[in-house]
Amino acid sequence: MTKSELIEALAERNHFTKTRAEQVVNCVFDTMIHALEKGEGIEIRGFGSFTVRNYKSYGGRNPRTGEAVKVPEKRLPFFKVGKELRDLVNEGPKAKRDDDSVDIATWSAAPPAPDKS
Amino acid sequence: MTKAEIIDAVYERVGGFSKKEAAELVDDIFDIAKETLAAGEKIKVSGFGNFVIRAKSERMGRNPQTGDPIPITARKVLTFKPSQILKALLNPARVQADLDGSGSGSAPS
Repeated sequence: MTKSELIEALAERNHFTKTRAEQVVNCVFDTMIHALEKGEGIEIRGFGSFTVRNYKSYGGRNPRTGEAVKVPEKRLPFFKVGKELRDLVNEGPKAKRDDDSVDIATWSAAPPAPDKS
Repeated sequence: MTKAEIIDAVYERVGGFSKKEAAELVDDIFDIAKETLAAGEKIKVSGFGNFVIRAKSERMGRNPQTGDPIPITARKVLTFKPSQILKALLNPARVQADLDGSGSGSAPS
């Protein structure tokens, strides 16, 4: 899915124009980018969180020539997936399981580990 | 920054929506993103970055407390690859240095 497909999906869901949906989607990402630019983290519950990590300068190599290069210090955005989304991704969409559907065989063999996120 | 502040930004900067509508729209965006990723599809947001699902095969790990080897099951994980544009925005000084010469030329992706 690209940003324009996301815009289309949002427009469809809310029965308004793509132009309008585009303004909303752009505003959301612009706002997030602006926060990261300021070095501020972002937390979206159920989705994940973004933080800005500072990396010190280190010596690296040009992988093509093997030549030693100094990698200057830098800031990079880092995304940590939230628990809900992590489970969704791992189990697939149908895995919004009702608790009755627990597989008894696996359950008795290995009770689920307690959550530590 | 929390979702509430993103909602405020939509309410104030896009205009024409009530606070409640703005909140619903922001929720919709993250819901659509979640559904797409749950279906195993990646999301590419130009200027921001790509959310990609990666399949990890089973490997051996260790219980950090006891040192016992335990298998880590195969799983799918979500990774975020920031766009070159976002990386450049976070490193204005570095971009300037690149332009000035040395140019380790970051490959476009």
